[in-house]
Amino acid sequence: MTQLALVIDLNVCVGCHACVTSCKEWNTSGPAGYMVDKNPYKEDPTGTFFNRVQSFEIGTYPQTETVHFPKSCLHCEEPPCVPVCPTGASYKREEDGIVLVDYDKCIGCKYCSWACPYGARELDEKQKVMKKCTLCVDRIYDEALPEAERKPACVMSCPTSARLFGDIHDENSEVSKAIREDAGYQLMPEWGTKPANHYLPRRKTRIKIHEDELERVDNPLSKEERKTHNAPGTGPSLDDMTTW
Amino acid sequence: MHPAFSVIFLTTLIGAGQGLFLALFTGQIFSQFKLMPEQHNESFFYIGSLIAIILLSIGLFSSFFHLGHPERAWRSAAKWKTSWLSREVIALPATMVAIAAYGLAHYLGFTTPLFTMPGGTGVDATLLLGLAATIATYALFVCTGMIYGCIKFLQEWHSPLTVINFILLGTASGFTLATALSAYLNTGLVHFYASWAIFFTLLAFIFRLASLRRNSRIKPKSDLRSAIGVNHKNIKQMAQGSMGGSFNTREYFHGAKASFVKSIKYVFILLVFVIPLILLLLSLNVSTYYIPAIAIGIQYLGLLAERWYFFADANHPQNLYYQQIG
Ligand code: SF4
Ligand code: SF4
Repeated sequence: MTQLALVIDLNVCVGCHACVTSCKEWNTSGPAGYMVDKNPYKEDPTGTFFNRVQSFEIGTYPQTETVHFPKSCLHCEEPPCVPVCPTGASYKREEDGIVLVDYDKCIGCKYCSWACPYGARELDEKQKVMKKCTLCVDRIYDEALPEAERKPACVMSCPTSARLFGDIHDENSEVSKAIREDAGYQLMPEWGTKPANHYLPRRKTRIKIHEDELERVDNPLSKEERKTHNAPGTGPSLDDMTTW
Repeated sequence: MHPAFSVIFLTTLIGAGQGLFLALFTGQIFSQFKLMPEQHNESFFYIGSLIAIILLSIGLFSSFFHLGHPERAWRSAAKWKTSWLSREVIALPATMVAIAAYGLAHYLGFTTPLFTMPGGTGVDATLLLGLAATIATYALFVCTGMIYGCIKFLQEWHSPLTVINFILLGTASGFTLATALSAYLNTGLVHFYASWAIFFTLLAFIFRLASLRRNSRIKPKSDLRSAIGVNHKNIKQMAQGSMGGSFNTREYFHGAKASFVKSIKYVFILLVFVIPLILLLLSLNVSTYYIPAIAIGIQYLGLLAERWYFFADANHPQNLYYQQIG
């Protein structure tokens, strides 16, 4: 079974919102109709987004670190939002695990949005139906696109390659490897939703250097060594130090 | 959660309608099984059923305002296998039909016993229809309660107390309404209904206090650490990805001051329980109909406050992601 998902690397995300804008651009121009934008140039702009980037400050000043955190539907493997939908408008696809909303069936009761612990669903104020990330389902299978572009718009646009896309059930996929080798984790694992999207944590690259690696104790060329062995022929020669 | 008035009206009105029907049928059973002097006042039963139907209908009507696409509402019966909301959508009209049939049977006087039970109690059509309507009524109560009770991460709701309170509060208001109605129609059942209304109001009071107590002690299972997966106890949101708010900031926050929410709690305790209890006790002895009428008026207002509080009280884990606009 295939389970498509995103793996988002918080170690490289710089919070530039390129994924947000490209997501909106692709999906608002898509066959499902536009995503509302209210007061775009006035006070209190608001609208529908499938993907948002949030920022968090970790720690206490001055020991702080900013984490940029993109959040969209996680295409849970046990999606609590699906069984509660009274119309069947919300469903999880067997073939690739994408959780979708059928906009022609949705009655806009908002019940599914209550049943998503992540706040990943948003009711479109114009179309009055529930909307959420589709993993660009209208793009990833489009044979009119070159194969390299059959990826979600956000993945294509990310300038730091913080977003990986693939099948997390295929052990050899790029995403599975990233999860396995770079400590990929899920959000709010306590609810048993098994989110398909994973996040890669902040990682620090450190090397351990010991004192004696900086300064050799038995350095024949040190000042002290040279003082004690400066009579020709008495001190250690290079031959003593080296095995040829 | 943001309390939506469509849902507040829906749940309180159908609760009172269901309770009223249960009151009617309780009265009929007591009289038919000769636990109290027999009632031959058919008009009380069909007028009562009519009022119950009207309450359920207004409730149903107001629920449409909750939908983005009311014209597609018929679709919502599709997923009854998994969705409590879908089940409610089926149970609500079923209950209405059953209560209507019950009232109609009384109106048409289908009271000749179809067969006689051992003990000499005649079983007529109204009794059988009433039984069916009772089952439907309880099914509806359970569906309505479970819509809220089944969402496990809304911890304030995820408890059997949610269903119990929907049943008890609906029943209490229905019996208070029956008290007023029987006083108005002069059926001589005032004492009977007032006593039951007192009983259910007290019981509902106890269970509502239990749920208030439970909810004040809830430890949220999720926090910012598990929400973003960073193990640090000092995490502060700096930006939530939108400057003017979003669906997420509107749907899940009540937007009221904490002091206001708290005062609503005391308001509903007074209006749903304390004042109606006093008025019902009064009407045990005084036979004017306006005392129980005032009691149900006040109790219903209180139930609106109670339901508002019920929603405002629930804390959605998604709120962790929306602490700070930017
Ligand atoms: S993230 Fe929310 S909307 Fe997406 S599948 Fe999981 S529960 Fe459903
Ligand atoms: S808002 Fe639409 S998708 Fe969500 S539960 Fe209601 S009908 Fe289903």
